[in-house]
Formats: sequence, C-alpha cells, structure tokens
Amino acid sequence: MAQVVTSHRGPVTGTATHQRKKRPFLLDLYSTAVGKKYVMGLTGIAMMGFVLFHMIGNLKMYLGATHLDEYAEFLKQLLVPIAPEGVVLWLLRGGLITFLFLHLHAAWSLTRLNRHARPVKYQSKRDYQIANFASRTMRWSGMIVLAFIIWHLSDLTFGVANTVGTDGVFVKAEVYNNVVRSFQRVPVSIFYVVANILLGIHLFHGTWSIFQSLGWNNPRFNNWRRGFATGFAAIVVLGNVSFPIAVMAGIVG
Amino acid sequence: MSNHLKNITLRIWRQAGPAAKGNFETHVVDEITDEASFLEMLDILNDKLVTEGKEAVVFDHDCREGICGTCSLMIDGQAHGPQRGTATCQLHMRQFKSNDTITIEPWRASAFPIIKDLMVDRSAFDRIIESGGYITADTGGAPDANLIPIPKVIADAAMDSAECIGCGACVAACPNGAANLFTGAKIAHLSRLPQGQAERYSRVESMVETMDDHFGSCTSHGECEAACPKEISIDVIALMNKDFRKAKFANRKDLARK
Repeated sequence: MAQVVTSHRGPVTGTATHQRKKRPFLLDLYSTAVGKKYVMGLTGIAMMGFVLFHMIGNLKMYLGATHLDEYAEFLKQLLVPIAPEGVVLWLLRGGLITFLFLHLHAAWSLTRLNRHARPVKYQSKRDYQIANFASRTMRWSGMIVLAFIIWHLSDLTFGVANTVGTDGVFVKAEVYNNVVRSFQRVPVSIFYVVANILLGIHLFHGTWSIFQSLGWNNPRFNNWRRGFATGFAAIVVLGNVSFPIAVMAGIVG
Repeated sequence: MSNHLKNITLRIWRQAGPAAKGNFETHVVDEITDEASFLEMLDILNDKLVTEGKEAVVFDHDCREGICGTCSLMIDGQAHGPQRGTATCQLHMRQFKSNDTITIEPWRASAFPIIKDLMVDRSAFDRIIESGGYITADTGGAPDANLIPIPKVIADAAMDSAECIGCGACVAACPNGAANLFTGAKIAHLSRLPQGQAERYSRVESMVETMDDHFGSCTSHGECEAACPKEISIDVIALMNKDFRKAKFANRKDLARK
C-alpha cells in the first residue's frame, strides 16, 4: 500500500487515486520549479532568436546608411498588405516584452526558492569543480544586460540618451546617423562592448542550460551542446561588439 | 611500508543541537598513517577526545565501503572530499600532506537540518521516495528470473542511475541546494525498465512536486555530478524534465476522472 505524502500542493503519491484541485494546465506546470525552468528555456530561445536577428540586421551598417535605414523601414512594413504598417513589428515587440517579463519572473521566483533551500551558507570556502564563471554569474550578467537594454532603448529607440536627442532633434528614421553619433562617445562604446560580452557570457550558460531544462538529451547530440552554446554566444558577441569598434575605428561613419 | 603524515590541523564544525549556534573547533592530529581512511582518522581523534574527557565529534557513518550512503562531510569545500567518485569513507589520508589544514563542515540545506556536529537529517529524501520511488508488484511467489526481456544496454543504463546511494552529496554540492540529481536518478532508474512503466508518469509528477517542497532548483552548474560518489550523470535530470513535461501533457488524471 502506497504511503500518502502530503506536500503543500496536497497529497501526492505515484499510485494514489486521490483527486487534487484541478488547475489550468499551464498554471499547474508553472507552479513547479521544473515548469519554471521550461519557461526560462522557452522564453530564452525566443530572445536568442531576437538577439541573433538583431545582430544580423545591424550588419547592414557595413553596407552604408541607405541599406540600414531601408532595413529599419522594412521592419515597419512587415506583412504590410495584410496588416497595417507597424502592426507586425509591434506584435513582435509585445511578444518580446512578454517573454522578458516571464523570464524575469521565473528567475526571480527560482532565486527565492534557492535562497530558501540553503538559509545558512557554508561557513568555509567552497571549492567548485564544474561550475564556471558564466553559470555562477547568471543573475548578475542578466541584470546588467537588462540595465543595458533600458539604456539601449533610450539611446537609439527613444533618443533621450542620444547626443542628438539632448538637442531635441532626434530623427528616429536616421538609424545609421544615430548609431554613428552614439558610438562616437567613447564611454558609450565601452559600455556597449562590456554589456555585450556579459550578454555572451549569459548566452553561453543559458544556451547549454536550455538543453537540460527542456529535457533535450540524446547521446546523438549531447557532445555538441557545449559547442553550440559557445558558437552561438561567440557569433552574437562578435557581431555586436564589432559595431562600436567599427565606428570608433572610423570604418563606419 | 606506509608513510606517516604529521601535524594535521582539523577545523571541525561543532554544533550542540539543531537550534544551537555552531562554530569551528580546531584540533591537531600529531601523527597519522597515510593508510588510515578519513573516518578512521576521525575515530582516532574521537578516542583521544574521550580519553581527555571531552565530547566526541558526531558524524554519520555505517558500511565504510561506499555503498550505504550514510557518511557525508564537506571536506575543504568539496562534498565527500577531494577524491572523485568516492564517498568520504573511501577517502584515505594519502590524499593529504603533512602540515595540511583540513576544514570539515556538515551538509548545508534547509531540508537537511543539523542534528549534531557533522550529522544531518536527510529524511527529506525519504519523502521523495515515498511519493513515488517504487513499483507496485504482485504479491505471491517470486517470478522466474529474466521473465521480462530487458536489453543489456537498457539494464546497464538503469543500473547507472540505480547506483545512487542517497547520500545527499548532490544537494550539498549544489549552489542552489537542489535535489534534482537524486530525484532524477531515482526516476531514471525506474522509468528505463519495463517494470517501471505502469507508474512512469504519475511517479515523475509526484516525486518532482514533493522535491519542490524541500529543495532548490537546478541551474545546470553540474556540481552535483562532480560530487556524486557514484558519478551519476546530469543526463538523468534532463530525462526527469522530459518525463515531467510528458506527464503534464498526457494529463492522465483527467483520463481517470471520466
């Protein structure tokens, strides 16, 4: 006879037919730590897609001002005969904001759970064997990247932190000129480079971690998971970091 | 011929009871043979303490051959000490040098309250096992061996997880105090075998949900795998996550209700 164990969700056993209060499937999944890791992983994949295409799109600046500005206009015109101008772009933005919020909420509640799981820390120095800088600093790299996103939006989307923006004449459509003016400020360029390296560190551990969290484990590709994470993070970082450096070096601008 | 280590300084966590405030106490072992196991070294120290009329250091131990999962100890910041793939009882003094300072702490997790000194209560693991870490079998005469054909590779993979001795090193080593390696090993052990299929999805749901009540969450550091005396791979965590997702999607509880 199975013993009935009571958890804070109610009685649980592998065999008992006890019926628990029914909850909507997604809420039920999200109420567990494993479910929250699924949310972390899936929203992570969506945001990985964004950072990759954002980087690829920005490579247009090497082709010149018209190409980059046209690309920005194209994003507004996505699916235009079907949807009105800007609608698809805003749907994508809405999705990203939602994913970012879910990613943050899951991270916040999992962190709380983890703190609760070890209220008294080890009193002597830990000697970590496998945990690396990336995995140990996910919360910090994540928070700095979040601060960077806020700065980045106020610099190149809203223009309030752009040099032109402070004069009151920030023309959003002049993407190329805005980027060049922004990166001609040395501290700003340094901040972009540092933040993107941190993004890369976050992506390196996050990308590998996705495979574990989503249960994508197969001896066929297990050996490739680390390599994929390293490659993905490296491509995004190299692309993004090249932009401020190119402006500083006078290649773009 | 054995070598002798001299002047080993031990910083040992002493704590009178669960609610007491603990602190490190320093003891010096003047001389010890390198053939002594780590626990034998503590036994010798305890003999000395008792002779001097002091209280012996309390620590967990039983089989002393790495199969029972009773011994623990965080030694110099590593669960089960610096040697890979062994429990503390299989660690020998030859891993250390003369004049070393060795720091010994108990496992630390809210689910593993300290009973005394270095001994912790690991019954939270029992709660996880009770909630689903078993198979339901008919009573009566024992069935013939090999009645159910199981491919060798499957049996081996199941055995790799079944090796778990429930010592708690994974929780102790995890920066988040998570028990995913333990729970994953127990789930992988049963879900890889035909006998485990009947309760496969109800098992993973109830075990994961019980685990949530006591432990932290996995952030894929991999520290548990490094600390595990049986070197169980974190692949079992991925397997558990996959089965948990399937269990939630399959929604068998609804099936039973109709």
